[in-house]
Amino acid sequence: MPQTLDKLPEGQAATILDVEGDDAVATRLLEMGLTDGQSIRSLGAAPLGDPLEFEVRGYRLSLRIVEARRVLIRS
Amino acid sequence: MPLTVAIIGNPNTGKSTLFNALTGLQARVGNFPGVTVEKKIGRIKGTAEPIDLVDLPGTYSLSPRSLDEMVSVNVLLGRQTDVGKVDAVVCILDASNLERNFYLACQVLDLGLPTVIVLNMFDVATTRGAKIDISALSRKLGVQVVATSAHRKEGLDALKSAIAAAVPNGPGPRPHPFPEAFYAECHQLASKLAELGRSDAPSFLVERALLDVGGYLETEWLAGSDVAERWKTALIEARARLKEAGCRVPAVEAKARYAWAKQTLADVATAPAARAETLSDRVDRVLTHRFAGLLIFAVLMVVVFQAIFSWAQPLMDLCGAGQSAVSGFVASLISPGTLRSLLTDGVVAGVGGVLVFLPQIGMLFLFIALLEDCGYLARAAFLMDKVMSKFGLNGKSFVPLMTSHACAIPGIMATRVIEDRNARLATILVAPLMSCSARLPVYTLFISLFVSDAPLLGLRGARQGLTLFAMYALGIIAAALVAAVLRKTIFHGETPPFVMELPAYKWPSPWIVASRVWDRMMAFVTRAGTLIFAAAIVVWAGSFFPGDHSQEFEKQRFVEQTDVAQADPLKHRAMLEEALAKLNGRIAAQASANELERAEWQQKLAITEGGLAELNAALKPLDDARAEVNHLRASLVEQSFLGHLGHLIEPVVKPLGWDWKIGVGTLLSFPARELVVTNLGIIYGLGQDVDESNQQLWSAIREAKWPDGRPVYGVPVALSIMVFFSLCAQCAATLMTIRRETNSWRWPIVTFSYMTLLAYFAALVTYQVAIRL
Repeated sequence: MPQTLDKLPEGQAATILDVEGDDAVATRLLEMGLTDGQSIRSLGAAPLGDPLEFEVRGYRLSLRIVEARRVLIRS
Repeated sequence: MPLTVAIIGNPNTGKSTLFNALTGLQARVGNFPGVTVEKKIGRIKGTAEPIDLVDLPGTYSLSPRSLDEMVSVNVLLGRQTDVGKVDAVVCILDASNLERNFYLACQVLDLGLPTVIVLNMFDVATTRGAKIDISALSRKLGVQVVATSAHRKEGLDALKSAIAAAVPNGPGPRPHPFPEAFYAECHQLASKLAELGRSDAPSFLVERALLDVGGYLETEWLAGSDVAERWKTALIEARARLKEAGCRVPAVEAKARYAWAKQTLADVATAPAARAETLSDRVDRVLTHRFAGLLIFAVLMVVVFQAIFSWAQPLMDLCGAGQSAVSGFVASLISPGTLRSLLTDGVVAGVGGVLVFLPQIGMLFLFIALLEDCGYLARAAFLMDKVMSKFGLNGKSFVPLMTSHACAIPGIMATRVIEDRNARLATILVAPLMSCSARLPVYTLFISLFVSDAPLLGLRGARQGLTLFAMYALGIIAAALVAAVLRKTIFHGETPPFVMELPAYKWPSPWIVASRVWDRMMAFVTRAGTLIFAAAIVVWAGSFFPGDHSQEFEKQRFVEQTDVAQADPLKHRAMLEEALAKLNGRIAAQASANELERAEWQQKLAITEGGLAELNAALKPLDDARAEVNHLRASLVEQSFLGHLGHLIEPVVKPLGWDWKIGVGTLLSFPARELVVTNLGIIYGLGQDVDESNQQLWSAIREAKWPDGRPVYGVPVALSIMVFFSLCAQCAATLMTIRRETNSWRWPIVTFSYMTLLAYFAALVTYQVAIRL
């Protein structure tokens, strides 16, 4: 059942299925290593609830909720 | 001819540290023509052959979406005429984050230039348990690989010899990461381009055009020519065919390059098996904690603000004292005349007007460099992004805007951390709306004069405090609204991604911090300083000419000679005045003292007053001459070019409740807002050594009358002046800094126009509403 990355609970890992769209946001997400098949883990949210923080390819990445919503995952 | 070598890398890889270490802080700093990108070129120290190093902005990829991003690609392809052909490229990677960094390395190797791969922060990677076989990696890539730890200055010599050897070694093999179908399409597109008359495009540009949907090479590159549409169609068709073949653009690039990175790194580098929780992660759990994180952030920001606002003050006072000392020295050498006025009121004031900003710039960049180098600045952006994004800005706009409350100049210079061009320009344009410390003298003067300090809810001075708070709030609200409007109008377009790496914490390196601070201060002095200086000279000329100053100079000569001749009586008078003030104070404070004491004081008072009266009579010619000089100055300013202009604009400022004197005072304070206080002093004939707590200025303002006898000032006028100065762009230094930072006259002109209009209409509404209340 595919869901979007912004819904991934803190501490849990998932596999990336796809990044939607072909605009600047999608391109940047891909460049940062969010390619299909890659695993990603949620590290939680900023104190005000947005942006979110993830661990991917051994580094820590911060994304806004609207950006994370573009990433389809399978947990 | 020196060799030209470009240096490129991801953000947070220590690229500028390496650049500074290699070139020894001797870089020539400017801008690439037509864009906001800073151009930094330095000669590498200690190489046999001269080598120039060109610093390119930190980037995650070479896929240009704007003209700004196209600059790096143009430099690397030798198409940037002001740089010329690039002989080799140095690609800096973060050794502790190789896989992600290899994405850019793969693109750089695709350029087909002689390349040196640098694994920086190698010590950090090793401590974390990464094992990297440098020579195996070098063999696999076919280019030199060097390990460095720039903050410890380790590996620099090896890097220098690798750079020197890169050109003779020639380029390595291209990675060739894409499926064949992709290269076939590129081949077809290249012939299409040749058909369209652009056979000179290198294959790298063709590949980029195909990969970057809506990027610069698709939309802007051929824009304006009649082939633009055909080029776009060709790209769209090629992408459709690739999608059929299972290579969807843009995903295909990330997939191909990351697959290449994994494969290349497979047997030569091992990351620590499970990413153990590092100290950095534990620190972060506190610093990004829901409550503790925000609290620590708030405390830190208060400290930074306090540093710029108050700790820089002694140094700024020193600048002021130095300026008066030099002025005094010049005055002692040259007798009163045009030359002296040019030197003291123009040149020395102009230089002082530049230097006075250095303490604040130094202080802010000290903190920014510390926070950036230890990794906290990225967290600050992470914490504040939600608030800032409501106004179309992003988390990185927060620190520049917050610090603009002390001074907009370092704030504007600090917007360099904002990669997105639109968000950066919007931040620059609203930063001067923040109430900086130069507004304080204006606020203080009019609040102490016109806002009652009678208690409100039992708090003495509460009304005054609230008024001051309202002025600060006005700036913030205006900035938020203007930013939101700007992002919907001139900076519209897709919301830029706020995709950001949160680097691991580390101890800041004193050397890096010091060089960053030095860098910024020099950039300000050499680049904005000249323009600020020029503005000071122009305003001096505008307020000096065309009046006939001969009488003023003659009187001034008399005053100065008499000052020397009567030095002793003058000193004596000052002493007596001080004693009198003390006595009066004591009498007022101790009304309950006994009869005897009081009689004694009264006697002392009478003697002092008598002595003073005698001295005043003796010094009367001098006092009269001084007053005459001040009055001559006031009328000469009125007759000057700017004075005439002030008279001309009186109908414009009248609806704000202002007379021509306030108008001229405002015009004359174009170099800096706080000058309005001094200028009012000059215009009211009180001389030029007047500050906001000067009692004579207070009474001059209270007694100022319209020709029909109505008082000029009142609460509505005071409010309209404060509102105007809160929102106006009367600060040449800020405008010149914007000119330098954006590399265009357009943005300072836009800033000045919108702020002046905003200030005018806000002051108009304030006055018109206030007089009806």
